Amino acid sequence: MINWLASPARFTRISAKALPWCGWASAAVLAVGLYWSLVVAPPDYQQGDTVRIMFIHVPAAWMALNVYLFVAVASAVALVWRHPLAEVAARAAAPIGAAFTFVCLATGSLWGRPMWGTWWVWDARLTSVLILFFLYLGYIALVNAFDDPARGGKAGSVLALVGVVNLPIIKFSVDWWNTLHQPASVMRIGGPKIDVSMLAPLLIMAAGFSLLFLTLLMLRMRTILNERKAVALRLNIGAPPEQRRARERAVPAHPGVG
Amino acid sequence: MGDIATFLAMGGYAGFVWPAYGVALAVLVGLAANSWWRNRQSIIALERLQQPHRTTR
Repeated sequence: MINWLASPARFTRISAKALPWCGWASAAVLAVGLYWSLVVAPPDYQQGDTVRIMFIHVPAAWMALNVYLFVAVASAVALVWRHPLAEVAARAAAPIGAAFTFVCLATGSLWGRPMWGTWWVWDARLTSVLILFFLYLGYIALVNAFDDPARGGKAGSVLALVGVVNLPIIKFSVDWWNTLHQPASVMRIGGPKIDVSMLAPLLIMAAGFSLLFLTLLMLRMRTILNERKAVALRLNIGAPPEQRRARERAVPAHPGVG
Repeated sequence: MGDIATFLAMGGYAGFVWPAYGVALAVLVGLAANSWWRNRQSIIALERLQQPHRTTR
C-alpha cells in the first residue's frame, strides 16, 4: 500500500479524490464527538464537568505521539530507501503533530488547575510531552533552514529519529515515576478501565482527530509537491532552450492541483 | 433558559472547560485554514508559471 502510493503522480491523483471525502468525514465525526462530549456524556462523580476536558486532552495526546511516530517512520524510509514521498510526508505531518501536542499541553494545564491546584508541574509526563513539543518545533525549524530541501530533509530526518527515544519515556513515564499525572486507563493491559458513557465520546473524538490528521496531511503534502514543482519550473525559465527541453521531459506539465 | 445556563455553567467549571475547547478549536481550525490557504497559493503560483509554456489554446 505504502509502496504503491509512493509515486508522487499516483499520490496526486488519489489524494485529489480522497481529500473532500476525508475533510467532510472529519468534520462530521468531530461534530458528533463534540456533541457527545459536551452534552451526552455524564459529569464525573469526582471531577464533575472538568472531565469533559479529557475528551480533547487524551485524543490530542494520542495524536501527539502517533504523529511523531509517523514522522519518524517516514524519516527512516526517506533516509534508507529514499522514497520521494516519504520526506514530503514527514515534513507535512510535523506541524500537525505540533498543533496536537500544543492542544494536549494547553488543555492539560486547564484541567490541572481545578483538579491538581496548579497550571503546571515538572512531573515526568508533563516534562516529556513538553520535550516532544520542542522536538516538533526543532524538526520544523531544521527542515526549513536549508535552501536545498534534500539537505534540510536529511538533517530533519536524523533529528526525528533521535527524538524517538522520547516516545517510550512519555508512554511509561506515568509508571516509572508515579508522581502527579494518572496512569493510563484506556490503553492498558486488561482492557479499558473507564465507563462506556465516557469511552464512546473519547473514541469518537480520537477517530475525528485521526481523520483530520489524514485530511491535513494530504493537503499539506500536495502543497509541498506544488511548491517544489514551481521551483523546478522557475529554474527552467532562465535556462537555455536545449537544457529547458531536457528539464521539461523530467518535470511533466502539471495540471495544477486543486 | 435555565437549561442553557446550567449547560454553560459546566457545574461551576465553565472557566476551565470552555477555554480548553476554545483553545483546541482555535488551534485546529487555524491549522486547517492555514493549510488550505497555502495550498491555494501554491496552485495559483504553479498555474501562473505554466501559462507562458502553453502556446496552443
